[in-house]
Amino acid sequence: MEIARRLAQRPVLLVLAGGCVFLVVGSLDSSIFAQQTVAGLAQGAIFGSLALALVLIYRATEVINFAQGEMAMATTYVAFQLTKWGLSYWAAFAITLVVAFVFGTVVQLVFIRPVQQKSVIAVVIVTIGLFILIDGLVTWRFSAQLQFMPAPFGNSVYHVGSVAVSRQALGTLLVSVLSVILLGVLFRFTKLGLSMRAAALRPAAARLVGIRVDWMLAIGWGLAAVLGAVAGLMTEPTQFLQPTMMQSILLYAFAAAVLGGLESPVGAVVGGLALGVFLNLIGQYVGFVGAALQLPLAFAVLLGVLLVKPNGLFGRALVRRV
Amino acid sequence: MKAAALAVTAVVIAVLPFELSGYHQGLAASVAVYVIAILGLNIVTGYTGQISIGHGAFMAIGGYTTAIMSHDHHTSLLATLPLSLAITFVCGVLVGIPALRLSGVYLALATFALAVSVPQFALKFSKFTGGSNGIQTSKTVSHLWLYGVSWSCAAIALAAAWLILRGRTGRAFRAVRDSELAASASGVSLAIYKTLAFGISAAFAGVAGSLFVLATNGFAQPNEFGVFLSLTLLIGAAVAGLGSLWGVLAGAAFVALLPTVSQSVPLVGSAHGQDVAFGLAVILVMLLLPTGAAGLFVRIRTLRPNNADTTES
Repeated sequence: MEIARRLAQRPVLLVLAGGCVFLVVGSLDSSIFAQQTVAGLAQGAIFGSLALALVLIYRATEVINFAQGEMAMATTYVAFQLTKWGLSYWAAFAITLVVAFVFGTVVQLVFIRPVQQKSVIAVVIVTIGLFILIDGLVTWRFSAQLQFMPAPFGNSVYHVGSVAVSRQALGTLLVSVLSVILLGVLFRFTKLGLSMRAAALRPAAARLVGIRVDWMLAIGWGLAAVLGAVAGLMTEPTQFLQPTMMQSILLYAFAAAVLGGLESPVGAVVGGLALGVFLNLIGQYVGFVGAALQLPLAFAVLLGVLLVKPNGLFGRALVRRV
Repeated sequence: MKAAALAVTAVVIAVLPFELSGYHQGLAASVAVYVIAILGLNIVTGYTGQISIGHGAFMAIGGYTTAIMSHDHHTSLLATLPLSLAITFVCGVLVGIPALRLSGVYLALATFALAVSVPQFALKFSKFTGGSNGIQTSKTVSHLWLYGVSWSCAAIALAAAWLILRGRTGRAFRAVRDSELAASASGVSLAIYKTLAFGISAAFAGVAGSLFVLATNGFAQPNEFGVFLSLTLLIGAAVAGLGSLWGVLAGAAFVALLPTVSQSVPLVGSAHGQDVAFGLAVILVMLLLPTGAAGLFVRIRTLRPNNADTTES
């Protein structure tokens, strides 16, 4: 009863709960539906982790980081280089995450901090500049050709009843969700996380209680880069490695982040998962959409949501003092 | 002083084509194309405060209007310009209406959605647009023709923007930018002026898109109007300085010429090195001049003591 009452107060939760029921019923009804749902969740988990990276940076710096996808792509190339030097996949994975953290932190310190106080638009343009720069550097070093990495999860397929689920999809889902949960734990239960939230929410007050706000912002960028690296590495098995691999993923991640409300980490993940499942099911059952109209469709959904809730599903309405 | 600078610029632009090779005329014409597009973006973003990352979409609509009219109906190329102006004006107003409900970063991403979607529609409805191969105008134009028409349009656009912005409409735009609440309290209709700003700015971008297509041998292709074009326009507007008319020339020259110039620098010229150079230049300009060329003008002017108090907003 209590749950029902709370759901009624939050229409968004009601809609989402309805969506989940629809997915479960559909999956029980048809094995193709179930397969597409699982594949969509795996795809959506990638959107979600990149969207979460965007949200982390948006909360801390109030800008959209256009370079997020390219940073993820660059770190994936780091992993590629490491495996080429003979490291095993998971060793390369771990080292890459460390490299990504340092990379994100350095980017914030060197490129973002100098303009941060001056104007929001300048920061946005700097991230676009970074986008172009990273793209150029990676293409220069590794060429624009497709490259291949060892498959992290192998190619085997599990059968649950009549539903075939690839290990690849399950692994992607697991790794992405695990990294999101770890990040959540970091923010919720550690002193560092508390300081970071304080620095993002009330920089001046945080500074007064002795938090190194500048450092917290840099660490935020580092963590966002780590999430991006996870997204990049999980994208690689399906798209293979090329400098443009994260560009369309970034667009979906934008959509997911805005869908969830840009301020809300939970919203970003839910938005990502919902978008992944939605696109996969539409691709399966609505032939007209095809490959060309997937992106426009994702953004049409986004616009529809924004017109009803201008601050996204989980966003708070902005109250401004005049 | 300002009039003199203006006159000198006009004379240089008028004489320049006779000193340049055909290739360089085309390059100079592309500066004019960016001038028009960035002016449009500046009207809605710089003067009315509505951030748009979607102006590449309006350029695409204008460009496809020209290509389709010329290819399918053999309309004369000049006659397609007012047509794409009218069509993109209507599109801009239509986009402006949902934009009334959104603001700030949400509006930016909604316009970004537009930039992402329009080229995809061109791919999907290939019967009209030629799909990924694109569609070509029935005639192509010489570099000199292009230079003359582009810079004439740019001059008209600058004059029009100046006239719009100095009067009642421009005042209303700036009022909306500075405070929507105060503007509507003073009787400025937010709905009318926001959609008008979107319409005017889209019309500028539409004409720029038509010329853009003519500059690429008359080809309108989806990948030329991708997300990146919209981002380039935003870079141009930021380098120009938001809310400045004359800075637009600098911003347009920056985005139109730098990639080509860096191609001829020996070390950078290797494959994709120009991306590195362009990216670095964008970052450096923003680090050094966060308010763009307009900020530089203001800084230079305030150096002169007799003019110290004439900073404009």
